[in-house]
This record gives sequence, structure tokens and C-alpha cells, in this order.
Amino acid sequence: MSTRASTLAGHVMSAPSIIALFLWMIVPLGMTIYFSFLRYNLLSPGMEEWIGFVNYKFFLTDHAFFASLANTLILVGSVLVITVIGGILIGLMLDQAIFGRGILRILVISPFFIMPTVNALVWKNLLMNPVSGFFAWISMSLGFQPIDWFTQAPLTAIIIMVAWQWLPFATLILLTALQSLDRDQKEAAQMDGAGPIAIFFYITLPHLSRAITVVILIETIFLLTVFAEIFVTTGGGPGLATTNIAFLVYTQALLQYDVGGASAGGIVAVILANIVAIFLVRLIGKNLDA
Amino acid sequence: METNFKSPTGKIAYSVFAWIVGLAIFFPILWMALTSFKSEIDAVNMPPLFFDFNWTLENYTGILEQSNYFKFAMNSIILSFGSTIIGLVFAVTCAWAMAFNPTKRTKDTLLWMLSTKMMPPVGVLVPIYLMFRDWGLLDSRFGLIMVLFLMNLPIMVWMLYTYFKEIPKDILEAARMDGATLPKEIFFVLLPMAVPGIASTMLLNIILAWNEAFWTLNLTTSDAAPLTAFIASYSSPEGLFWAKLSAASTLAVAPILVVGWFSQKQLVRGLTFGAVK
Amino acid sequence: MKHIMGAAFCALLASGVAFGANAETKLTIATVNNGDMIRMQKLTDDFTSKNPDISLEWVTLEENTLRQRVTTDIATDGGQYDIMTIGTYEAPIWAKKGWLAPLENLGADYDVDDIMPAIRSALSNDGKLYAAPFYAESSMMMYRKDLFEKAGIEINGRLTWDQTLDIAKKLHDPANGVYGICLRGKAGWGENMALITTMGNAYGARLFNEEWKPEFDGQEWKDALSMYVDILGNYGPPGATSNGFNENLSLFNAGKCAMWIDATVAASFVTNPKESKVADKVGFTEAPCAVTCTGANWLWAWNLAIPASSKKTQAAEKFISWATSKSYIELVASKDGWANVPPGTRMSLYQNQKYLDAAPFAIKTLAAIDSADPINSTLKPKPYVGVQFAAIPEFQGIGTVVGQQFSAALAGQISVDQALQNAQQSTDRTMQKAGYY
Repeated sequence: MSTRASTLAGHVMSAPSIIALFLWMIVPLGMTIYFSFLRYNLLSPGMEEWIGFVNYKFFLTDHAFFASLANTLILVGSVLVITVIGGILIGLMLDQAIFGRGILRILVISPFFIMPTVNALVWKNLLMNPVSGFFAWISMSLGFQPIDWFTQAPLTAIIIMVAWQWLPFATLILLTALQSLDRDQKEAAQMDGAGPIAIFFYITLPHLSRAITVVILIETIFLLTVFAEIFVTTGGGPGLATTNIAFLVYTQALLQYDVGGASAGGIVAVILANIVAIFLVRLIGKNLDA
Repeated sequence: METNFKSPTGKIAYSVFAWIVGLAIFFPILWMALTSFKSEIDAVNMPPLFFDFNWTLENYTGILEQSNYFKFAMNSIILSFGSTIIGLVFAVTCAWAMAFNPTKRTKDTLLWMLSTKMMPPVGVLVPIYLMFRDWGLLDSRFGLIMVLFLMNLPIMVWMLYTYFKEIPKDILEAARMDGATLPKEIFFVLLPMAVPGIASTMLLNIILAWNEAFWTLNLTTSDAAPLTAFIASYSSPEGLFWAKLSAASTLAVAPILVVGWFSQKQLVRGLTFGAVK
Repeated sequence: MKHIMGAAFCALLASGVAFGANAETKLTIATVNNGDMIRMQKLTDDFTSKNPDISLEWVTLEENTLRQRVTTDIATDGGQYDIMTIGTYEAPIWAKKGWLAPLENLGADYDVDDIMPAIRSALSNDGKLYAAPFYAESSMMMYRKDLFEKAGIEINGRLTWDQTLDIAKKLHDPANGVYGICLRGKAGWGENMALITTMGNAYGARLFNEEWKPEFDGQEWKDALSMYVDILGNYGPPGATSNGFNENLSLFNAGKCAMWIDATVAASFVTNPKESKVADKVGFTEAPCAVTCTGANWLWAWNLAIPASSKKTQAAEKFISWATSKSYIELVASKDGWANVPPGTRMSLYQNQKYLDAAPFAIKTLAAIDSADPINSTLKPKPYVGVQFAAIPEFQGIGTVVGQQFSAALAGQISVDQALQNAQQSTDRTMQKAGYY
């Protein structure tokens, strides 16, 4: 249907966003690429010198790099699994005619409105503190030794916090999708004698596949750069147990003030992100084009 | 596909279960709000005190005396609404064009936009800081609005694009047959149908901008500092701080939480990202 | 068209931000959110009433955030702050680079010679003062007199780490919620590294040798780290790897620690009955030694400094002079009592009988600060300045990475040997990359 005029109009209309984004990306990116070839410590301005690929060599041979790459993938993967499964379950729950559904829905989506920093501070101190935290009290009341979250299971603790924050998002999208499910189809299946589990796997789940794809896509974008939760709670430790790529770049940029190294790390992160993006394209190409 | 319960007891039992799950999810927020009314020493008491403590407002009065909460809150409002409004102007036009005049590169462009969001912001802090310094944008609301707008633009375009794509093209054709011009087409045909999508895009964007804690902290000093900076002045000082931190946190999240509660219906209606056919 | 509207809207917002010319000088002050600074913020009326032409804008931030903000700003010449609160780590580095304005007009009655010599020398470069100390601290041991008495333990002279370990064993009683010792375990150059480096000093270790080579692979560090992991891992509270100053303070105040070695400023918190359940049961003694007492306790001060690029140097100096003067101390004493005055910066404070009466910890604090010497803090000679840190730009990063390794050792994820080997390796890489050798 696109005439030449409307195509032109389309270009004109999408141009501002694309140009703005392009500048926003290319100007800092260009500078970052340039910095990544310099020996540039923020605390020694005027001493910059060209050192070629040394920053990349140091970043990629740092044993912290592989640890943080693994942590990034574990973090993203676990949170995705938790939020998608949790989101489906809670979505199904909220899709029933229960008392006070409106209020309940408000309660369930609330974590999404909380700042990541506040989220991390509350979980770290009020809940997960092994001596005076709420969870410690629960463990002790049940006769167990309190779990020392940030020593025994630091990455799990981070995953729990991040998953709590993103669960409402998944729930919202999946709930919307559930509500659009054709009732006739389900009733027909019931007539044919299909049990609730069969209905879930043969009707509900396929219906949700696009919504799940969307949840995975959007969450991945945000989860790749999780930072505040780590900064506030563990500082990447103990050891490297909770250092992800974003935090590793942070330690280079704002703890070592090694702008060259951080820039190299940033570029590596962008390349990795694009690999993930290509993977996502495949995923979406299959699921969203229809 | 709402299920109707056959027996009232089944409904009650199920409701009780659902409420337990819901309250468990909400608990951290509730506990934070409760702790904000305790004295510091009660806040770390073991076993935890539920209601039998000396309720006090001293944390709140202390905070309101010590920092200019309303200035921070005002900045948060200006930044999140400002970046959202500008973002909408750009994103609606862009997404409209992409949805109704798609080219071969549309999908690639969209994904490229999304991939710009995957870079850790700290990696470009120094370049951005230097540019902001040279342009005199450090600690200016305008500079931050631009950053937040650009940060969230990909998500906005994506959300609107997926929403617009679901609008049947026949309607537009029909309008065109009737001789509607392009602006008329947008305002009278498209917009009314797109309102839920735009509304939820707007809300999501306000939430994301409100909670953004890297740029808002690193590019501001005082004039433009929003609530994320306000929180940074209460996290982990020397001495006991749980109660005060809880009060500050409650103050920082309350406005957006209330906005979210009142608008959740709109949020739900449009938050589909094309996932619902 | 919409684009233009957007731009117009932006311009409108921007113009709303800009404010008109102001007759008074506005000073933007970046500071840490610690109690003493909050108090200063509350007392600013006293300053502004004496200087009606100056107004103050406070930017109060949590320590790590503050440090990254002010460092980014001063290194890029961003010019956002007129006064910055910096530590004894930053002061000498920045002064040497010419980033700070020398404080030469602090007023006739300021009495620079009254500032503690160790701190004054740490903040000076070529005989000029570049930052004025607001409060200073060393480290010492706080212990529970009641528990010591019950177990029949007496302290004679300065403890060694071996003796401390014995006491921790004896008093460790987790079933009753009392842990033998509380120490910093949270990773960070200003957290666990501050303590572990003083332990290293006590065991005769140093961070770098004269050629700037790290020495984590030596026996001294092994002794020190083994002791740290043993005493805190076995006789410390659960969750020790996430405990910094604050977490330990809450533990101690709740009566859960028999001993706690940390900053001297903690003394006024643990003896404050409003915050502490054990306020009347706390004893103070020096931090333990091992093969030597040299460098066994740290030295730190929060200081006020003016960026060299500031155009409001005069007004800023007026404020700094007010905030670090003797009369400010008296002002705090008159409002909040002598026990709450900022400690550790002025010798005259420790000759003031009113202060000594109000603060039972004063003598020990003074002794600790007096005995900490940033120049001679290790048994063997060293090329760097600083007791618990090395005042070189690279140290922050090194301290962070090494601190993480040490916390991993404490958590039992890796062995002491492995932690030290990793520390050695990564420090060696950093120093090499920075061009030291």
C-alpha cells in the first residue's frame, strides 16, 4: 500500500528518532573506541598515550573477565527463568475470579515501581541481614541456622532481588496475554474431556509463546546491565562471586579510574550485547513475525 | 479465560491462597514502610517488632528537616515527565512510520535501537561527562531530560511500534479514500485507537525514568538532583540507619507507587508489546 | 513540525532551570553522610548569620558515591563543587597534581599549629596545607568489660594478635548470641583492606617494596591473612563478609560482639545509651600488635578542600575556617555536648578537661592517632605514604580487587594461599600496566 509519498513521509517521520539515537550512540561510542586505545588514567590527565590493543589484552586476559561473563549469563538466565515461570503462575492465579482481585493485582505489581537502589538496600539490610534481618528470624523460628546470604549464596541473593523486581513486569504482560485467550477454545477442549494440565500445555502455553518472547527480549536488555543491586549489596564479592560485566567495567572506570581499560571493557560489552542481540533476532524472527 | 468457581468454599480457599502469595510479594515494601516508623534501635531488634513498638515520626521529621525532599521530588517529576513527553513526540512519529510504511530495514533498525540499550552506561561515563562539561549541561535538568529521553527511546519506539502494528490497515485506507490528509489521519483515526498503547508506553517510561539511578546520580550536583540522589544521602552512613533509610526510601518510592497504583489498569491494557493478537 | 515543538519545549524547560544573577555567593559543598557532617549541616545558620553574603548548598552522599562524584568532577575539571570532603588518601595525590587550592587565608585565630602533626603532614605538600581536617580517626579495640571480667581476662599492656585469638576463643558463645570478635569483612579498600593492611603491618608486611613490586607472596602477608581468616572466620559473627563499619556497629551495640577493632569514632556511638545496649560496659584498648606495633593502627581523616578551579576560593576558605576551627568545636559542645564534637584533629581538644570528662575514650583515641605515622608505618622501608593504603592513584583499584580476594578467602571460597597469589598477580598486572616497571 505504500505509495512513494507515504514512504517518504515515513522516512521523514522516523528520521528524528533514528538520528537522535544514532548520535547518542555514535558520539560516545566513537570517543570510547578512541579512549580504549589510550593509556588514560582519569587521575593523570594530560598523560594520555597511544598504546594500541594493550587495554583489550589486559581486559580479555583478566581472569575476572571470564568469571564476570559467566556471572552475567547466570544472572540473566536465572532471572528470566524465575520471572517467566513465576509470571505465568501468578498470571494464572490473578486470572481467576477471586476476592479482591484488583487490590491483589496492585500488591503484586508494586515491586516494579521500586527503585533498584531502594530494592537492594531493603533486601540487604531489613530482610537478608543474617543477624537482625527478617529472614534470619524466620530461619531461627523454624529452628534453622540463619542463611548468611551474601557469604554463602551471594549470586543467588542478587538473583532473588532482581527477580523480585522484574516478576511484576512478566506477570503484567503474561496476564494481559492470558486474558486475551479465547474462552470458547478452552471450553471446547473441556467438552472433549481435556484436563486442566492438558489445557495448559496444549492451549494456554502456545497462546503465551509470543508474550514469553517479549518478556525475554525486554528483560534481557535490562538484565545485561544490572548494576545498582550489586553496587549496593556485595560490591561484586566475595571474590568475584557477584561481579558481572557491568560491574567489572565499573571497577575499572570508577575504582581504578582507568578510563582506557574501562573503555575497552565497554566496547567488549557492546560486542557481547550485539551477539546476544543477534541471538534475540533469531528468537523474535520466529515468534513475532507471524 | 476467567474460571468461575463451582463452590464458594473453593473460591474462598483459592482466594486465601492467592492473597498469601500476593502479600508475600508485597512484604518487602510493607516491611520497609513499617520500619520507617520505628526508632533505630527497634529497627534492628531481634525478634523483629511487628506492631508493638513505639510508633514514631521522628525519622520523617528528621529527613524533612535535613534535606529538601520537595526539591528532589520536583526534579524527579520534571525529569521523568519531561523525558517522557519529548520521548513520546519522537517515538510516536517514528513508530507510526515504521508500522505503516515498513521498509526492508525496519526490523533491523528496531533491533539496532534496542541493542544500544545493552551497553553498560558506566563504560561511556567519561565521554558523556566531558561533553556535558563542555556544553555546560552538568547539573542541568535539560541535559538529564535528554539523556533519559534517549535512554528510553528504543523501548518507547518498540512498544508503540508493536501496538500500532496491530491497528488494522483497512481503517487507514478507508480514511484515505475519504480524502483524509496525513495529519488528520493521525489525529482522528489513528490516535484514538492508539491511546491505550500510548498511555501505557508513557507510564512505563515514567517509571523507568523515575528509577534510573546511574546518570541521574552522576550528572547532577544539586539543582537537578532527583530522588535517586536523595536516597544516596541516606544509604549506609556511620551509625544505625535502618529506620531512617526506610523512611527516606518510603518517601522516594511513594509518589511513583501511587501513580502506578492508580494507573495500573491503563498500564495493563497497553503493555502487550505485540504479544496479544 | 513536532520536532520543532519538542525543541521549543526543551528550551522552555531549560529556561526554567536557569536562575537569575544572584548577589550572594553560593557555595556548593559535597560531603559524606556521616553523623558529624550532618551535624555541621544543621549548624550552618551560625555561619550564614556571620556571613550573610554567602549561602550554602549541601550535597550529601554516601561515601562511595561521593568519592566517585568528586573524583570524576575534579579530574575532568567539571567545576561542580566549591568545597569537597576528601579523605587522607585523595588529599596528597590531588595536592601534588595541583588540583587543590592551598589554604593560606584561614584567618588569624585559626591556629594551624594546633592541628595534629601526623594529620597536618598528611594533608600538606611542600609546606602548604591543601585540606583542613574536619575529624580524624585511628583504629582501636573496643571490648566488653563485663564479659572480660566474667571470664577472668585482664588486659596488661598492648595485646598481640595471638592473645586476641585466645580471648576470642574463650568468649565466643554463638548459642547465646555473643561472637568472639567482630571485624570488617566487606570487600573494599576502605573496608576490609583498611583493617587487614594494619594487620599486615603488624606482622612486618608491606604493600610494595622499594621497587614498587607488590609483596603479597611473602610470609608476612601469609601470617597476617591466616590470622584474619582464622579469627574472624571461626570466632566471628555469621555474614562477616558483608560486615563493614556499620554492620559491626549494629552488632556491637546489640551486645553481640565481645571485641571489635575498628575506627576510633565508633567510641562515641557505642557509649551512647540511646543507640547502644552496652553503653556502660565498653572498654577501650589499642589495636593488637604481632611482630611489631608499627603501623598496627590506621590513620584516616575527613577533610575539607577547595578545587583549584573554584572561582569562589575566598568564600570557601571562610567556610572551611569556620567548620574546622576551635570555635566550631565549642559550638557543637554547647549544642550537643562535649562527647559529640568532631574528634581527632586538634591537640587543644585533648587538653580540655571538659572533653576528657565527657569522653572516656579520649585518651585512647589520642594515643592511637598519635602513634599512627603515614610515613613510617612498616617494619621494612616502603616507597609509599599511608598506613592502611598507599597514596598512589592506582591503589583504589588494587585495594578493591585484593579486598575481594581476601573476602573470598574469608568466605572459604578459596584458600589463603590462593587469595594471596591472586592478589599478587592482579596487583603486579596493574602496576605493570600503569608503567611503574
